[in-house]
Amino acid sequence: MSAIEHTSITATPLHQRQRSNDRRGPGGTAVGPRGLIAISWIAPVLLVLVWEALARNGWLSPQILPAPSKVLATAVKLTLAGSLPHDLGVSLLRAAVGFTLGGGVGFALGTLVGFSRLAEAAIDRSVQMIRAIPFLALLPLVIVWFGVGEGQKIFLVSLGVAFPIYINTTLGIRQVDPKLLELGRVQGLSTALLIRRVILPGALPSILTGVRYALATAWLALVVAETIGAQAGLGFLAMDAREFLRTDVIVLTIVIYALIGVGADSLARALERRLLAWHPNYGAAR
Amino acid sequence: MTRPHPDQTDTGDAVTVTDLRRAYGTRTVIDALTLRIARGEFVALLGESGCGKTTLLRALAGLDPIQGGRIDAPGRPAVVFQEHRLLPWDTLWRNVALGLPPQGARERAAAALAEVGLGDRLDDWPRNLSGGQAQRVALARALVQEPELLLLDEPFAALDALTRIRMHGLVKELVARHRPGVLLVTHDVDEAIALADRILVMRSGVIAAEHHTDQAGDAPGLRRLLLAELGVRAGLAA
Repeated sequence: MSAIEHTSITATPLHQRQRSNDRRGPGGTAVGPRGLIAISWIAPVLLVLVWEALARNGWLSPQILPAPSKVLATAVKLTLAGSLPHDLGVSLLRAAVGFTLGGGVGFALGTLVGFSRLAEAAIDRSVQMIRAIPFLALLPLVIVWFGVGEGQKIFLVSLGVAFPIYINTTLGIRQVDPKLLELGRVQGLSTALLIRRVILPGALPSILTGVRYALATAWLALVVAETIGAQAGLGFLAMDAREFLRTDVIVLTIVIYALIGVGADSLARALERRLLAWHPNYGAAR
Repeated sequence: MTRPHPDQTDTGDAVTVTDLRRAYGTRTVIDALTLRIARGEFVALLGESGCGKTTLLRALAGLDPIQGGRIDAPGRPAVVFQEHRLLPWDTLWRNVALGLPPQGARERAAAALAEVGLGDRLDDWPRNLSGGQAQRVALARALVQEPELLLLDEPFAALDALTRIRMHGLVKELVARHRPGVLLVTHDVDEAIALADRILVMRSGVIAAEHHTDQAGDAPGLRRLLLAELGVRAGLAA
């Protein structure tokens, strides 16, 4: 799924995580970690500057690609006019509702299948078969079912979210250390307590990985769904701008999509750091 | 610290096993095994790997079903495993309090942790502990349940020699104070002699020999005898 590639783009580089660590690693250079961060920003900044220069000198037609400064100015204008915040709000609401519904269904089914071999036998094959369909291929069918209203968008987002959550929840529950389950039994825990104190915390790292993937797919699903027959939202803004060849608005929506993708990933990462503080691979340094 | 009244400790049995049979499929691992452990009594179970000693312990712990005979024990036994089995996502006191009623759990866990010398680490995480410290927490978690029967499944096997000696002292002290019946499964003859009142040697699913350490008097002699019963000649063992 192409959405997965989104996460790798935003992955924190190793040297950024080890900011406090001043030792020179293997292949060490004379540049400190701060210097490396600075260097890593040179290329992107240079790219934007070159882009700006080309656009200003007229080498790059504004209809092909407007100058970054022009995109920024458009952002300010649309924000002041109120249309950008409104469309952004509509898109975020769709993403949130779709994520909640799809995530809820995925988590519920994943938990059921994780705990019960019977549920696995009954449910899992069907889910895996549906999962084999690239969910965006369902788009025409979804439009026939729901039209091009909110239902279609929310359904598509839910569909994209449900599978990663389902798979990672099931996997997480199955991977809980059987020795800890045994210990829970020895300590006399009831089934409910065993689930709360041992199984769910043990499955949490995997579930949160599912959440991160799901955020990326949710966003991808939304972009596609909004591009088709929306009356509001970021996708509508972009398609509307296409009618009038407003490339500045189109580029602006692309940038906003990217920023929200990065934001969602940071959110998931912060959630991991907080909920998995106990975990040596996630928690902040003690 | 008040020792329990004698007629509380020495009347009851911590566990009575009668004609126990335990089999995996068609392979019988334990057959017609009978065993009594009194409250306050420390019993060590010696045997080579695969002789059925851990199988016996797991049956007593209620972790595995049995195929015949009966196990009578008042209340639920507590177990300390070879690995500490602390929940990595819970702080130390929450680990110790696992399974306690929530009312007053923190106080009881704190007292138990203090007993094993970790009273100042209540809110610390398991990953910050050494192997010996983690095993001490596991011991606190078992004893806070105030079990009548304490099952120790090679709990010191993974520790270094010095830590192991310190743990022996601690366990002896704690058992003397709480007076549960203890079954220690081990393959370490010296550990059995150092800790136990009674030593059982298990071979092919039956108890092949039994020694009372207080009657033996002569520890080197007992050691040689036990090693011989385990199939190790003294000359090789030294």
